[in-house]
Amino acid sequence: MLFEDEPMAGENLPILPGHVSPGRLERVLRAGRFAVTAEIAPPDSADPAEVYERARIFDGYVDAINATDGSGANCHMSSVGMCSLLTRHGYAMVMQVSCRDKNRIAIQGDVLGASAMGVANILCLTGDGVESGDHPQAKPVFDLDCMTALGMIRGMRDDSRFMSGRRITSPPPVFIGAAANPFAAPRDFRPLRLARKIDAGAQFIQTQYCFDIEMFKQYMARVRDLGLHEKVYIMAGVGPLASARSAEWVRTHVAGVHIPDAVIERLKGAGDQAQEGVDICKDMIRQAREIEGVHGVHIMAYKQERRVAEIVESTGILEGRTPWHPGIAYQKTA
Amino acid sequence: MYKMRLWSARNARWLNRFYEVLLRNLILLHPLFARIGYARLDKFFLAIEKIIKGFLFDSQSCGQCTLSYTGMSCPMNCPKAMRNGPCGGVRPDGGCEVKPDMPCVWVVAMEGQQRIDKHERVVKFVRPPVDARLKNTSAWLREVRKHHAHPELESLQ
Repeated sequence: MLFEDEPMAGENLPILPGHVSPGRLERVLRAGRFAVTAEIAPPDSADPAEVYERARIFDGYVDAINATDGSGANCHMSSVGMCSLLTRHGYAMVMQVSCRDKNRIAIQGDVLGASAMGVANILCLTGDGVESGDHPQAKPVFDLDCMTALGMIRGMRDDSRFMSGRRITSPPPVFIGAAANPFAAPRDFRPLRLARKIDAGAQFIQTQYCFDIEMFKQYMARVRDLGLHEKVYIMAGVGPLASARSAEWVRTHVAGVHIPDAVIERLKGAGDQAQEGVDICKDMIRQAREIEGVHGVHIMAYKQERRVAEIVESTGILEGRTPWHPGIAYQKTA
Repeated sequence: MYKMRLWSARNARWLNRFYEVLLRNLILLHPLFARIGYARLDKFFLAIEKIIKGFLFDSQSCGQCTLSYTGMSCPMNCPKAMRNGPCGGVRPDGGCEVKPDMPCVWVVAMEGQQRIDKHERVVKFVRPPVDARLKNTSAWLREVRKHHAHPELESLQ
């Protein structure tokens, strides 16, 4: 999808009236289109070619790419590094910021740096505990939580001030996002927590993996009762499970992921479990799309990134449009 | 394990009332405190608070107590130090993501707060991040001074 005011790759779009960022994700969401984002796996490597290769898989299928920030408390290339490399080629990035590894000084510095590199979207997360990762000896920072990080970044953008009150000469024009987990206890509280994240500054939401559509529907009904679906763009988190065994593993080892028994049974009964996992993911997307207040999907296809194209294509969620990718830009200039 | 702090959340109502009375009396002593000097008194009060709050709440002496707003469950016991919890990792049984044997301090907080009857507060306010400079200082004396500096504010927090 090309806009009329399309810049050269690596440069940002103009900021439209009523928009806060020069990014493609905000444009797509505010235009009322069903947005698609995907999570890129950061390499355990210093080679930029690996980053480009991993991004290319999504070309033409996603509106923005999430660069994770030490997800699962495991060490990988940093989200700032990933974003810097990919924005140079014009990719729309969602930079994830976890409060686990950085204090307020480091986060604010990263926000300015990333914005200068062309990052238009920032997702604030509290982050998994260090205990779940490959460096359990590490000192957890948690100077802020996601709520206070949201407020801090909004203050940088809207008031042109650091948290200390010191002035920022040119504020970072970023679209601010947060995560939500509709499936975690205490469930009655989750929609209220979403309301608080919106108050703190969240403009878009990417949810935890959805494998239980009924539970998600109940959550969204409550979200609509509170009128939150009109204040924030909600993108349902989805992803393919590789097999029944890996689903069992995820269920017991990955914090906050709820997988109902029915899903595991369905995987066990299938001949090709990986394909069944992809089909379950497609079902979730089709059903989530029907829910009022769901504005897009966020696909987390960990180690199955190559299946994203199939998932997006066969569910028809792009409604015929082709999101921007470097190839489109070359077609335009050629 | 965690028995005492769970007991405190169950008894949040009268513990909070007790704290309110205590704070009112401390506020009355402000002229005396001012004459002796708050800085001199801080160590003494911190020691008392460490014993009492340490025993009842596993207080971490952050110096900016929120117990009246968190159902007498100390959020500094959250492994992620969340002041605006609970995070998305709470287990189905209400256990902590990081320490599965420990009930999530925010789940406990919400139950405790309902007993104090200010449930809304847990939900509605975004609490500011912790000021690391205040660790190991007296939270009670801070409240007394805050009351005298800004009497128009609600005396408790």
